[in-house]
Amino acid sequence: MATHTVQDPSPEGLELLAKAATGIQGLDQVTGGGLPRGRSTLVCGPAGCGKTLLGIEFLVRGIKDYGEPGVFVAFEETREDLIANVASLGFDLSRHEADGELALEHVGIDSSKVVHSGEWDLEGLFIRLGAAIDAVDAKRVVIDTIENLFAAFPDGATVRSELRRMFRWLKDRGVTAIITGERGSGAFTRHGIEEYVSDCVIVLDHRVSEETSTRRLRVLKYRGSHHGTNEYPFLIGKSGVTVVPITSLGLEHDASGERLSMGVDRLDEMLGGRGVLRGSSILVSGTAGTGKSTVAAQFCDAACRRGERALYFAFEESEAQIVRNMASVSMELQQWVDRGLLRFKCARPSLLGLEAHLSSMQDLVTEYEPSIVVLDPISDLLTAGASRDVSAMLTRQVDFLKVRGVTALFTSLDQDLQLEEANQQIAALIDVWLLVTSQEHNGERNRALSVLKARGMAHSNQVREFLLTSQGIDVAGIHGVGKVLTGSARVAQEASRRSDADEDVVAVGTRSSL
Amino acid sequence: MSALRPPAAEDTKAEACHLRLYVAGESPKSLRALANLKRLCDEHLDSDYEIDVVDLLEHPRLAAGDEIIAIPTLVRRLPKPMPKIIGDLSDPERVIVGLQLLSKDG
Repeated sequence: MATHTVQDPSPEGLELLAKAATGIQGLDQVTGGGLPRGRSTLVCGPAGCGKTLLGIEFLVRGIKDYGEPGVFVAFEETREDLIANVASLGFDLSRHEADGELALEHVGIDSSKVVHSGEWDLEGLFIRLGAAIDAVDAKRVVIDTIENLFAAFPDGATVRSELRRMFRWLKDRGVTAIITGERGSGAFTRHGIEEYVSDCVIVLDHRVSEETSTRRLRVLKYRGSHHGTNEYPFLIGKSGVTVVPITSLGLEHDASGERLSMGVDRLDEMLGGRGVLRGSSILVSGTAGTGKSTVAAQFCDAACRRGERALYFAFEESEAQIVRNMASVSMELQQWVDRGLLRFKCARPSLLGLEAHLSSMQDLVTEYEPSIVVLDPISDLLTAGASRDVSAMLTRQVDFLKVRGVTALFTSLDQDLQLEEANQQIAALIDVWLLVTSQEHNGERNRALSVLKARGMAHSNQVREFLLTSQGIDVAGIHGVGKVLTGSARVAQEASRRSDADEDVVAVGTRSSL
Repeated sequence: MSALRPPAAEDTKAEACHLRLYVAGESPKSLRALANLKRLCDEHLDSDYEIDVVDLLEHPRLAAGDEIIAIPTLVRRLPKPMPKIIGDLSDPERVIVGLQLLSKDG
């Protein structure tokens, strides 16, 4: 082999096949490093599943990230169409063309103007492809889609044998190729091409369930390499294709030891005295009106005070509404917005559908690079999809943020059973879970806050009263032993203590403290 | 077959017939196509015709103009418009119909 490949540190230690990284987010993880180098990969799926886009991104990333020029052979779309179609994804095909890194070869086939007489072959296509490869010294080739050849030539047997020859020819040229094919009924491609492309077959799919459409990708076969066998959701977002493997991303992130304040001293005290770990995921759940959003806003406020950027996704309220409401607890969020430290993104998730929503959130996170992100509330996402899909999507969102070291705070409205279920599913992803409840006692309704779990840190086991006052939010100290005093009972206790010239006993909660 | 006279024949009669055959080197199919074409033209066309043979191995860039992917392909450059004929032209009737060739004795 011309390129000596260093042994991959995979557990198998058998990574001998040279691979060409696609540069497409997630796809390289699913395929264990990319597509087979110097071979052809078949990408098949129904119309509109994103085959063409995947091919174009493979070439564009190859040019941008790996210095490998490419050739795109299009039977359907014209050069102008292609350029226009992907411009919205930030791919400037005409510039790459002008720089001599990309050749767009539109091959028009009009079967109505062709008469057949005797034997023929596709040498003309080979010659054109060869010339294009030579022109840019291409290392990558995409042919989109071979079904057009079958449509153009009634002589299927010749097309088939010519395609077989083409795969061999591409291999001889040493280019890494993607051939796209339409998915037929029963077979992976309408004309059974997958039988010839024996190295790697990727199947794309586009399914609608409960009115939510999800694109999925599966590596059907990959000779000589281990690969993920699941169906992975993939998105077409502002920056191209993102394949989102649920399992592989999240567990490779660095664990930071740095602590972040929640913006409330006594809440930090409950969390081992120093707040949450950077890069952790925090869930604030509770019933209606318990102040979940206020905790979230306070967390943003604290981040902005440190000069960090915060991004607040609000699914129920508008930016103006949140800013106004938080001003009532003397939290001035507008100053951070003005200084560019805080950004709101307010949209109902049902507007876009889950995948699109996730993708737009990820795009914004990538662009704005916040150090903390708030999703308020995630329970609203249930209106946009089935609970299983929601938890899968949240898993991916948590993974996505963790990998970037972004600290995430989610709020969740605990109300119905369906949600309990969803909460249970995401509980495993959550590092710190704060529960705010409303307790009725003594003719009063008082808020109480407790830490249900906090991974990797000592934390209080106490239920504390949680106060929203015009001076801000606070967590009351603990008074008395054995029971939690809230509201007027606490005030009375405090008064009697003050009269005893006693200090507030603030129990720094650790499990051993009680 | 020599009696073939398509209705459009009268319009095209005055113009010189310009045919172009795309081949790839001297492959058997290419050589067969050229031989078949010459014979057909001798049989069915007046002397007023022109054949040029384009070897795509030597001029690969010329393939794009006529959208050539199959080899051999015969294109009638003049008069226009016309379908392309692909194959080694071993089925003369289809070539004659396809090119709307005039018969010599017509």
